[in-house]
Order: sequence, then structure tokens, then C-alpha cells
Amino acid sequence: MKLTILQGRKIPLAWLLLSRQPLRLFVALAGICFAGILMFMQLGFRDGLFDASVTVHKLFDADLVLMSPRSMSSISMSGFPRRRLIQAMAHPDVLGITPVNWNFLLWRNPQTLSTRSILALGFEPNDSLLIDPELSRKAQALKSRGRVLFDELSRNEFGPIPLWFREGRIIETELAGKRVRVAGLVSLGPSFGADGNILTSRETFLELLPSTPPGSIELGLVRLNPEVDSEIVAASLSASLPSDVKVLTKNDFVEFEKNYWRTSTSIGFIFSLGAAMGFVVGCVIVYQILYSDVSDHLPEYATLMAMGYRLKTLFGVVAREGILLAVMGYLPAYAAGQGLYSLVRNFTKLPVNMDPERAILVFIMILFMCMGSALVAMRRLVDADPAEIF
Amino acid sequence: MSLVSRFPSHKDSIQIRQNPSVVINGLSHWFGKGSMRRMVLESISMEIDSGEVVLLTGPSGCGKTTLLTLIGALRNVQEGDLKVLGKQLFNSGRKTRQKLRRQIGMIFQGHNLLRCLTAEQNVQMGSDLLAGFSYSARRDQAREWLRAVGLHDQMSKLPHDLSGGQKQRVAIARALAARPKLLLADEPTAALDSVTGREIVDLLKRLALEQSISVLMVTHDPRILDVADRLLQMEDGKLVPSYG
Ligand SMILES: Nc1ncnc2c1ncn2[C@@H]1O[C@H](COP(=O)(O)OP(=O)(O)OP(=O)(O)O)[C@@H](O)[C@H]1O
Ligand SMILES: [Mg+2]
Repeated sequence: MKLTILQGRKIPLAWLLLSRQPLRLFVALAGICFAGILMFMQLGFRDGLFDASVTVHKLFDADLVLMSPRSMSSISMSGFPRRRLIQAMAHPDVLGITPVNWNFLLWRNPQTLSTRSILALGFEPNDSLLIDPELSRKAQALKSRGRVLFDELSRNEFGPIPLWFREGRIIETELAGKRVRVAGLVSLGPSFGADGNILTSRETFLELLPSTPPGSIELGLVRLNPEVDSEIVAASLSASLPSDVKVLTKNDFVEFEKNYWRTSTSIGFIFSLGAAMGFVVGCVIVYQILYSDVSDHLPEYATLMAMGYRLKTLFGVVAREGILLAVMGYLPAYAAGQGLYSLVRNFTKLPVNMDPERAILVFIMILFMCMGSALVAMRRLVDADPAEIF
Repeated sequence: MSLVSRFPSHKDSIQIRQNPSVVINGLSHWFGKGSMRRMVLESISMEIDSGEVVLLTGPSGCGKTTLLTLIGALRNVQEGDLKVLGKQLFNSGRKTRQKLRRQIGMIFQGHNLLRCLTAEQNVQMGSDLLAGFSYSARRDQAREWLRAVGLHDQMSKLPHDLSGGQKQRVAIARALAARPKLLLADEPTAALDSVTGREIVDLLKRLALEQSISVLMVTHDPRILDVADRLLQMEDGKLVPSYG
């Protein structure tokens, strides 16, 4: 076995062809790397935005979710009768419910005094809202009127609230034109629809937004007996409740929101198009490089054929050049992608991560790009006529 | 010369001694199509014995290179019998020709070395065609051949840094490294000055003799005709019966 490997070893022609022309190699790698980075960024943004659209959704302490059928997404939540949630409580597998008010309110930055729209969630402080177990303790502070919990991960435009709060300052500002005081910090994270979040009691919420009909909520959280299948309960609740409310599992709720951004906006298309452009640019560059490489060396390839090398062997050389280019171009693109993702996370607080699936996808695209170009460049090889070299 | 003992020579093989390397019978060749079709070889018949050094001369355009490329299995035979190293090339397949080419060493007027490979690597492209040797054995053979052509101190140079004569020596080493039984050379000295040309031809002749390789060399150079065992002359696509 070892012997055959040794016997099979040949001069690394593909590598030498590439490396003995460092400038051309550099251009090729720069092109592939650029294409790779472009694909990483575009796909990263796309997935990041979709993921970001459900930052808060994922945190709810719920197995099922009730919402109005007219609600299209987190930025356009309609109300439904709170009674429906109480009715759901009658189902034997339902252990707990949390009615939630959901709306965007104007928050005044206490430092710059400019206002900005923030997502406000109103709930009964004794109910469980988030998976985070610490919330129930913090929520006690909301029992006083005009108190809010501020999401410390909110974008900086809302003011240096977390910093001031940790310094022990009393932070009072205006929310929907009314005075509120920050009673604590929570960690949710901005989402695509909301740059920041605050939590408040239902009572305060209704004060801030008096137009809300008192019997109406935007979201109903339902917690089930852990033994039961949430899909089945969702179906039976759906069947028993009137059609002015929709029952979703938590997963479906998350997907519903993602799907809104995917289908009702051009985000997916725009970023996929961006990635496709990176792919095309990469293809053109690699093809140019490989094609001119083969053309330049045509007499040499013909010489090899005259010596008795098979055309297949020469195809192999070009294919190996393609693979080498792919690997050598991908690695720096991967590293740059990591770096840029962390920059994006720092500046936009979008959850953009180098997830393995995307890393593999981009590598496959680059490999495809290089091998496709190699395949077309190989056609030039057929023109190598050993009879013409004498 | 260490190479003689190191590599088995074909002199040991009686079978090849009896069989001529090249047998040609009524070989004709045309270029062009339709009204442009022109005969460049007309009923060529000849033989080259194993171990024989044959020189082919003739005026420019008489078809010498065409004949060489046919014998080298680089072109399809259109008409006539052409047997090279026992293989019939008339109506032969691509695969047969490709395999046969491995047993034929070719030296071109331009050296045709691979620019991206060092002298040693170029020669190893020749020995890489041999089956059954490890990489290091093939590399050692390549070095041995470079030593045999007097380039032991230029092994790691790229063709770009070698003189014309040195490049042609590398090309000879590369051709011999694949251990051919037949060597075809088309004006190997054309790009060289007369002293270097003479050296190259002498070297070729000596190594061919040591390895009992048959040689067919096209040349215009009258000063090197004396290396030939036999001299062939061509004129207008035909062989003229000749002295020698
Ligand atoms: N690929 C080709 N297509 C058409 N005609 C060709 C081709 N190759 C050679 N010829 C013609 O065939 C004739 C013989 O050419 P060939 O190259 O064999 O001559 P030669 O004896 O080697 O000449 P020289 O001494 O100049 O090298 C020439 O007239 C040439 O123009
Ligand atoms: Mg010629």
C-alpha cells in the first residue's frame, strides 16, 4: 500500500504551474478571496437578519402562542380578545398562560433628547414572560406604576441607559410622551423589527397607550404539560377556539416571523443576489486565470502529450489547479469572514455568526466556481496538438 | 559510465536485435482538403534497425518533419504501412499511439522544456512515465541523467536561467529518462552554435549507443553527418537512394 503511494507520487505540476507565476496566483487568490468574502457577508447578513427578526420570539416562555390572524409580523401585531387565552386555560394540558401587550412606542433618549421607536411588551409582573428565570425577580419592580425594564442590548441610539443604570443613576425619560423610570436591565437583543426593547407591566402599558382596548392583547403565551405533544394541543385548541385567534407552536411562531421577512420583503432576494454576484465575479476571475494559464502553457502540454502523457493526466493537472485555487482562496476568505462578522456584531448587534453550514456552503460555491472554470479551461487543452510542436 | 550498468540495455535482448525498430512500407501523406490537398510524402519505404543511428536530410519543406511526426505516433497514418517498435500505426487507436509514445523519445528543435519546472523536475517528467519506481528512485534517475549530460551542477535551475546548449542537454536527458527504444530528433542543433551543436550530437550518439536506442535525426547541418550509421536523403516527399 505504502509502495503504491510512493510509486504514484509525481512532480506536483499543478502547484508548480501556479506558484511559479506568483503575480497571477496572487490575482487569482485575491479574486477568489474577494468572491468568498462577498458571499460570506451577503449570506451572513441575510441569515443574520432572519435570525435577528426572532431574537425576542425565541426568548418567550411558551409552548404555544395565540395571536390574531391579522397579525402579519412583529412590526404589525393586531389585538385579539384576551378571553380566548382564558378559554385556552380550560384545556387540561395547559399549565399556564401569559397575556402580552405588544406595541412600538417612542422612547426619548435621556442624553440627546431625540426620540426613537422601541418595542414595548406589557405583562402581569407575576406571570412568566421569558425563559430567563431572573426575570420574575426583576419584574417585581414593575408593580410600581411608570416603571420599565430596559433591554441592555438595545442599540446605542436609545442612550447610555445600561451604563447610567450600573452607575446607580436614576434614569427617568419619556415613553410615548409619559414619564417612566428605568427599574432594571434585562437582556433580550435588538431584532430586525425593533432596535430596542422594554418590558413593563400591563397596567403601565395601558397608561402609556390608553387607546388600547382593555380586553385586548396582541400575544398569548401558553405553557403546556411537558409530557404532551405541543402540535396536537395546538391543533385541538385551534379547533375549539373561534377563528378570531390563531394557535401556533413556538417553533411555528418563530418561523412565521422569519417567513414574513423572507417573503414579504426583498431582503432574501437582495442578499442572495449579492452572494450570486460574488459567485459570478469569482467565476469570471478564476476562468480568466485558468484559461490564460492553459493557453500560455499549451506548447508545454503538447510536449507532455508527445512524451506519452495521457490527456486525462493533463485534465487532472488543470483540475488540481482548480482545487488548489479553491482551497487557497477559501482559507483567507474564511478568516476575513470571521473578522468581518465580529465587526458586524459589534456595530449592528445583529447575530451574525460563522455557522458551519454557511462555511461549507461558501466553500462548495468556491469549489464549484474553480472546478467549473477548470472544466471550461480544459476544453482549451484539446487544442494542444503534439504534432505541431516539432 | 555508470548508466550503462545501472540501466539494462536493450543489447541484452536478442528479440529486439532481430526486429527492426521502424518498418515503413508505401507510406504517403497529404495535407489540406479538397482542391488544397497536397501530397507531402509519397510512398516512403524504409527500415531502421534496432540500435542504428540514421540521419535524415533534405531541402526545406520536403516532408522530413511530417515523416518524423508520423513515426512518433503524433499523427494519423493516412496511407501505407508504418510499424514502430512492433506496433502497426495504420488505423491505430488513440490509446495505442499514446502508449507507444511513451517508448519513443523526442527531441525538438526548440527544447520545449516546461518553464515552471527546474532542470531536474523536467527530466523527472520523463522518468515519471516509468512504472514501478518510487518517487525518490525516479528523482535519482533524473539526477543521474543530468549528470550523464554534464549538468550535475545546474539541476535546480529553471530553463530560463540555462543557455541554449544546456536546455538542449536537459531535453536529451528528459527524452532518455523515459528509457525509450527509439529516439526521434528534429534538428536538435538548429538553435545552437556549431561547437555546442557538435557536442550535443556526440552526446546523443554516445548515450544512444550505450542504451542501444535507435535514433532517427533530421538535420541540415553537414558537419554532423559523420555520426550516422546510415544517411537518408529526402526530396519532394520521396526518399532518394543515397550513399552512406
Ligand atoms: N499542418 C500542416 N498543414 C498543411 N501543410 C503542412 C503542415 N505541416 C507541414 N505542411 C507542409 O508540408 C510540407 C512538408 O513540411 P515539413 O514540415 O514536413 O517539411 P520539412 O522537411 O520538415 O521542412 P524544414 O526543413 O523546413 O523543417 C511543407 O510544404 C509544409 O508547408
Ligand atoms: Mg522540419
